[in-house]
Amino acid sequence: MVFMDYFIELLFSGLTRGSIYALIALGYTMVYGIIGLINFAHGEIYMIGAFTAFIVATVLSIYGFPILAIIVIAGVAAAVWSSAYGYTIEKIAYKPLRHAPRLSPLISAIGMSIFLQNYVLLAQTSDFLPFPALIPDFEFMEPVAHIVGSSDLVILITTAIVMMILTYIIKFTRVGKAMRATAQDRTMAMLVGINVNKIISATFIIGSALAAIGGLLIASHIGQINFYIGFIAGIKAFTAAVLGGIGSIPGAVLGSLVLGLTESFATGYVSSDYEDVFAFSLLVLILIFKPSGLLGKAETKKV
Amino acid sequence: MKLALSGKFVSTAACVMMALSVPAMGVAGDTIKFGVAGPHSGDLASYGLPSVNAAKIVAKQVNDAGGINGKMIELLIEDDVCKPEIATNTATKLASEGAEVVLGHICSGATKAALPIYKDKGILVMSPSATNPALTQSGDYPNFFRTIAPDDAQAEVDVKFALETLGYTKIAVVHDKGDYGKGFAEFAKKFLEESGKAEVVLYEGVTPGAVDYSAIVLKIRKSGAEAVIFGGYHPEASKIVGQMKKKRLKTTFISDDGVKDMTFIKVAGKNAEGAYASGPKDNASNPLSKVAIDAHKATFNSDHGAFYENAYSAMLAMVNAVKKAGSTDLAALKKALQTEKVDTPVGNIYFNEMGDAVGVGFSVYQVQDGKFVEMK
Repeated sequence: MVFMDYFIELLFSGLTRGSIYALIALGYTMVYGIIGLINFAHGEIYMIGAFTAFIVATVLSIYGFPILAIIVIAGVAAAVWSSAYGYTIEKIAYKPLRHAPRLSPLISAIGMSIFLQNYVLLAQTSDFLPFPALIPDFEFMEPVAHIVGSSDLVILITTAIVMMILTYIIKFTRVGKAMRATAQDRTMAMLVGINVNKIISATFIIGSALAAIGGLLIASHIGQINFYIGFIAGIKAFTAAVLGGIGSIPGAVLGSLVLGLTESFATGYVSSDYEDVFAFSLLVLILIFKPSGLLGKAETKKV
Repeated sequence: MKLALSGKFVSTAACVMMALSVPAMGVAGDTIKFGVAGPHSGDLASYGLPSVNAAKIVAKQVNDAGGINGKMIELLIEDDVCKPEIATNTATKLASEGAEVVLGHICSGATKAALPIYKDKGILVMSPSATNPALTQSGDYPNFFRTIAPDDAQAEVDVKFALETLGYTKIAVVHDKGDYGKGFAEFAKKFLEESGKAEVVLYEGVTPGAVDYSAIVLKIRKSGAEAVIFGGYHPEASKIVGQMKKKRLKTTFISDDGVKDMTFIKVAGKNAEGAYASGPKDNASNPLSKVAIDAHKATFNSDHGAFYENAYSAMLAMVNAVKKAGSTDLAALKKALQTEKVDTPVGNIYFNEMGDAVGVGFSVYQVQDGKFVEMK
């Protein structure tokens, strides 16, 4: 029985961690799916979202807004602000390089990432800042709080909802259809009258808004932010996206959950010293047997 | 490149030395030469320069009062930029210029490199800041003393506190895999095992910067530990205490100097309440500490900086030893250091067989109402 309890605790810990990765991994995978670019600055968008939410939430709490209003306003502000960043980054750093060799936008993305980190470092602070606990402890969760906390629950549910909405957008809306067309063949999409530039911008805006919501929830969950949080979270989320098959929306979520669960169980049953060893061994193993990731489609040469 | 660099460096060092030692050289008559070595330029200069100031202040006080048994103190100040390869040159230079005792070096690596040279010449060396445990504990350097507690003393204080004051018998040791945190954790584990009073139920490293520490927190709960001793810095510590609170753990959190920082309390907020962290003993109630700090203010019109009080204390201890021994013979000095207690800003100290100051060390602090409160 004790065994079983411990297993369930680790299971939820892994699911929470996986959902955290998923909120960021979705942005990576969407951008890759449309323009085949690994947007390394995505982790920084997440970090900027967290900072924006931090600033807005701090100001609002000074004026005594109720907690729910703070979450909503801070979330919307962070999403809008991060989207503006995502949109601008694409226009400045990626669009001019759209016809360049694949390596050029990649380097440009890494440069953007370093630039944004240092920008926040200089404009804000190098210190760790205490992020307010925006998600209160729900009373009905108290009996199970030792297994799954309120913020865990909110993160799990948010990730699930976000994934469903995204799938709906891509499968059933006009924008989604245009996105899929752009992903399949950009030139052809242009020829049938799709404004490819707008679709790419829309992708960056959606991905950045998701990262910002992730930033708000995750920062509230761990209670602290600094300019560097985007890098480590970004690397892990990127790994998760590759694991699940980069370019695939359900793949990003599945990959994130697999990665989170692996880390959690590796820590719980073996040793946290080897947490990353297990995570990346798994990645290597899966890529050996399924080079395009769990749910990725084998890449066909586009002509 | 390397040659050019060290050439440039030696000339800088020479300039610094000349500029600083001219007034001391002006003193006529028989002198006792005190070497002062440490980083006085470069990015770690802020660790070395306070010791130079301490040496100047103490030397002036002693000389104004008639010197040591009638002899004036002459300071020989040499820069080692905290680099082992340069520290050997510094040591050779000091020895050839006739330094009889040396205050320094500052960094553990540089100190270790310089010590064999002083040892061959029978020169007493006292560092205000080199905390590497092996410097004294290896027994390799009988000429070495220090007025700062070694790294393992912190672990010892924390372990003792957990076992004796709190009376725990099951303890988890967690670290951040870094040099400092893991080093601390290894000592804590060693002392726990040697004590025979407690069981180390968990010993693991966590990845710094991870988004979530709930798995390790769950593991701590499952291990049945009454306390977790954490080696590392405040960002991870504040995340771990936060997640412990989230998972409703009642386990006591004990950590090190890297956590005893106001940022820990600021970031962890309420979750930090009740956590313990060790840090250097609070000298504020010691009147000599105030004297030393005021002297610095009066002389240099600035705040004193790192290791100033330790350096001031080392100077007092060495001056006292030379006075009592009546010479600068190493054996006589050692005997004086080990038997004569001396009042210093860091407390009433003497030195043990190995060269560590007795009475200098760490205290455990507890976070109470957003402040670190020293546990007596």
